[in-house]
Amino acid sequence: MSSLINTVCKNHSLRAIALSGAIATCFVRVAYCQNAELHAPSGAIAGTQASIGTTGSGSATFYLQGPSTSAKRKVELGQDIPLTPKELQSAGRYIAVVCSDSCSSATFFVSPAKPSSLAFLVHPSRAPVAHNDVVSGVALPFDEFHNLVLEPVPIQFQLTAKSGSPTTHGTPTHGGIAWFRTSSGNSAGPLQVVASINEITAKRVVQQVASEACRLRIKGQRTPKGIVVETEPVRDCSGNPVPDGTIVTFTAKSGNQISFVDAPVKQDVARATMTAKGPVVLSAASGVAMGNEIRIGD
Amino acid sequence: MKRALPFVILVVAVTVVLMIVGLTGESRYRKTVGITSGSALPGFTETPSTPEKALANLMIDIQRRNWDRAYSNIERTSDSLTEQAFREQWTGTNGGLRSFSSLERYEARPLHATDADAQMRVRLHWATPVGPVEDVRDFHLVHRGEVWKIVWGEIPAANLPAQIVPVNYLRWDLVSGNAGEEWGSRNVDAPHVRIVSMNAVDTAQGAVVMGEVVNEDTVPAFVNVGATLVDASGNAIDDENSFDKILHVLLPRQVSPYRIDFPKISLNKVKNVRMDTKATLVPASSDPVIGVMNQKLDTDAQGHTVLHGELFNESGQVVNIPHVIASFYDNTGKVVWVSDGYVEQALLPQSSESFAVEIPQSLAGKVQNFHVVVNQYSLQKS
Repeated sequence: MSSLINTVCKNHSLRAIALSGAIATCFVRVAYCQNAELHAPSGAIAGTQASIGTTGSGSATFYLQGPSTSAKRKVELGQDIPLTPKELQSAGRYIAVVCSDSCSSATFFVSPAKPSSLAFLVHPSRAPVAHNDVVSGVALPFDEFHNLVLEPVPIQFQLTAKSGSPTTHGTPTHGGIAWFRTSSGNSAGPLQVVASINEITAKRVVQQVASEACRLRIKGQRTPKGIVVETEPVRDCSGNPVPDGTIVTFTAKSGNQISFVDAPVKQDVARATMTAKGPVVLSAASGVAMGNEIRIGD
Repeated sequence: MKRALPFVILVVAVTVVLMIVGLTGESRYRKTVGITSGSALPGFTETPSTPEKALANLMIDIQRRNWDRAYSNIERTSDSLTEQAFREQWTGTNGGLRSFSSLERYEARPLHATDADAQMRVRLHWATPVGPVEDVRDFHLVHRGEVWKIVWGEIPAANLPAQIVPVNYLRWDLVSGNAGEEWGSRNVDAPHVRIVSMNAVDTAQGAVVMGEVVNEDTVPAFVNVGATLVDASGNAIDDENSFDKILHVLLPRQVSPYRIDFPKISLNKVKNVRMDTKATLVPASSDPVIGVMNQKLDTDAQGHTVLHGELFNESGQVVNIPHVIASFYDNTGKVVWVSDGYVEQALLPQSSESFAVEIPQSLAGKVQNFHVVVNQYSLQKS
């Protein structure tokens, strides 16, 4: 059958499927014949060598099926069957089957190796300043074979704002995951977030950005082209300048006529030209912030 | 063969007579008292012996783009009106919407007429890339000898003086990480946008869902709003999106109206409306800034309530097709209607163009306030 499989199945994936079918057939046979004995390894670690003890004598066919492995080879009963590190790279449940006159099987588990990398996700990439529980991060340790390390592992989260001392928070993983949630600071700028296990680190940066405009003051004057109106530097309630591009809506009321200009903030100031004629009342708004009103005559 | 010849001659003669009658006779559309109408039908132009015929001749010449004859049949009030300026008033310039439009048909109605002069109101139906556009114009006609002429009082727009307009507006570019980088290291969140108001109303054309959406983020967002109407048993009746009735690129803290039309669907069948907002990061520019000046709610010549005003281009860039979207609020601040309209002429740098958007008569009394945003399409950007 093996030669048939080898002949028919040229590519490896098809071969693995066919081999799995063969192993399944063996399980049917195992149900009727339980004479041979296998001694599965205990405490096997991913990527390390292990062996399976056998009883009896003579040659037999050995099958191994794991999360991402299937193998078949001739073995001698009564001797240990060596399992190579490559065969045990994936953590999880393995099934070993030996068939001669009859078949025997054993199951064993392979645990992940020690952590070698961290998957670290931080959300959001932009966070407004002075907001509670707005920044969160999740770290997942993986071994060198990309197995999620399920054993509790202590992870250190370190947050460093542009102007401020770093804050550190340590927590062990639960079921392979550790997380934190924290508030944003009062100053806009990059917030570096580092997750680490011993020498393994992963760095992410969250941009802390200004919140909504808090105070809005405008000034204006009439020119030959119209009324030039501009804001004083627009800042949020923590004193951070609002990001460039933030829209400020200027309104000019002249009698029963209204004029609007949506002008973007550039270098802290929004500026617009209104073509309203006659005496006008100018005001401005950005988000929830309302500015002062100014009156300009003819 | 000899017997068939008289019959063939008779058929040809009748056909010719019928063709002449068809081309020179009164159209069936002209049966309505006081209203003339026409379309781009082939035929002979008549001697403008009446105001209606003079106007019909002009409309036909415009439809056929016969500018020489159209220009020769008007009476100019200003010597500065050249044939080219006259033509550009009809064909548009600078890649404006009118440049891509054609006059599909018209309806003319006399306002008053004496032996010496007449006033005609014409509803022009333009076929444009953004759908049919209606335009209403009044023409003054005078009797000159045996013919009537259209008095052309429109003065061509002054040429834009050569100038340098300093542009120092903002621009956002997108840099995306490459696939080889560490997973999760270069994630940039989609912009955070929020629907701040929603209102659903029934109209004669169907259900309309409208409201406003705001970009709460610090980066520009490309926004689209969709809605799904759900019946009492939880099944979706229809889903539509705001299409062009929204300002798609929203700068930080910018608010846009949106309107979603569900033709031929009544709200009586609708139990629930599911809203869906999609926002993505896009490269954007805050240029051009377009001011919406001198807005006023008014009643037009046809008795419709309209919001009219002027768009002022504060930048140095030509806005080929300005698109006005207006939200109207009642006295509680609720959005009661969203209306839009395209401006047919291109908006030149440092200059103004007027606009008008209509409010349904049933809502006109409720409107206490309004907010207008301007979408802009520029050929050099596309």
